[in-house]
Amino acid sequence: MKVLLRNPRREQDVTGPKSVNALLDALELPREAHLVIRNGTLVPGDAALADDDVVEIRPVISGGC
Amino acid sequence: MVASASKCRVCKEPAIIDLPRHNANFCAEHFLELCRRQVVKAIEKFDMLSKDDNILVAVSGGKDSLAVWDILVDLGYQADGLYIGLGIGDYSDVSGEYAKSFASERGLNLITIDLRAEYGYDIPTAAKATRRVPCSACGTSKRHLFDKAALDGGYTVLVTGHNLDDEAAVLFGNTLRWDVEYLSRQLPVLPARNGFPKKVKPLIRLTEREMAAWCIVRGIDYLVDECPMAVGNKHLAYKAALNAIEQQSSGAKASFYLNFLDNMAPLLAGRSAAATDELGTCTSCGAPTTSDLCAFCRTAEKARAHEPVPVELVLSRGRRRR
Repeated sequence: MKVLLRNPRREQDVTGPKSVNALLDALELPREAHLVIRNGTLVPGDAALADDDVVEIRPVISGGC
Repeated sequence: MVASASKCRVCKEPAIIDLPRHNANFCAEHFLELCRRQVVKAIEKFDMLSKDDNILVAVSGGKDSLAVWDILVDLGYQADGLYIGLGIGDYSDVSGEYAKSFASERGLNLITIDLRAEYGYDIPTAAKATRRVPCSACGTSKRHLFDKAALDGGYTVLVTGHNLDDEAAVLFGNTLRWDVEYLSRQLPVLPARNGFPKKVKPLIRLTEREMAAWCIVRGIDYLVDECPMAVGNKHLAYKAALNAIEQQSSGAKASFYLNFLDNMAPLLAGRSAAATDELGTCTSCGAPTTSDLCAFCRTAEKARAHEPVPVELVLSRGRRRR
């Protein structure tokens, strides 16, 4: 599947199927600090991602105080 | 494409988000309902707002400030926005566009201030001129201009989009230093006093992840990119540490901060020297201050005397330091 990552913006190919949580763990991204959007829709941690899905992993942490 | 196995706790329809701290999953409709309920709970518990208030929301173009503005309007509050162009290169240009688009698409009133055009300096230049970290010059400038705009505009309350993660991270930093002065002032409501407007934080019961999800579900476009000047700051390190704890112990961040408010803040009430200091008036702008010149005017004076510094120069210096 095509995975879009942010900060900095980049794309990565990851082999599916994989659950959302397994994808985040594989990329060593903390679950509490990210959301996953599949084909434009938010999906929970146990959602299964297929090889032909377009996935965005969106970081949610901001550093301003 | 395989559908999610998890179901909404309320309606049993497919879930769009899992919230381990609530040990539950939610569909879009019931997730939004949960967020509204958490904001109402915060507003009522801490007597933050009434429907008669004339509210000014400090807006950055990021998820939290746009979400809090959206939620307050959704709940029936009268709220205008205030955006400050901080002059942080492309980042500021883009963030301003998000704030303006949000307001215009919803017919909301957005006040804008441009730091360079109206006050003769920007944040990268202020950081270089004051030899302090950029977040310090930024915070000093924003706080002053938010206060001034609220008072000048006749607003009764200033709202900021600080969320549970922000407050827990600040609490974590204050606790690491046992900074009693700051701990005693870390409250979700600061009452109006001596030339300062009332300030409230309605998102203290909601996490950053939940606020980003609110924006996605509601179709709010916001600036996802991080402020280039915040990269590597302590606040982000504290958030990462708290999220590592949260992953092992769901609900730890909420317990840490909300139990502080319930159990510790009352014990610290009245311990803040700054809250009771007699304040004079800034000889330059008239704002309340303990010195002749307020912190904003001192920063502005130094920055205006310095040649403009492009953001890239401050970033490259910061990276070398790390």
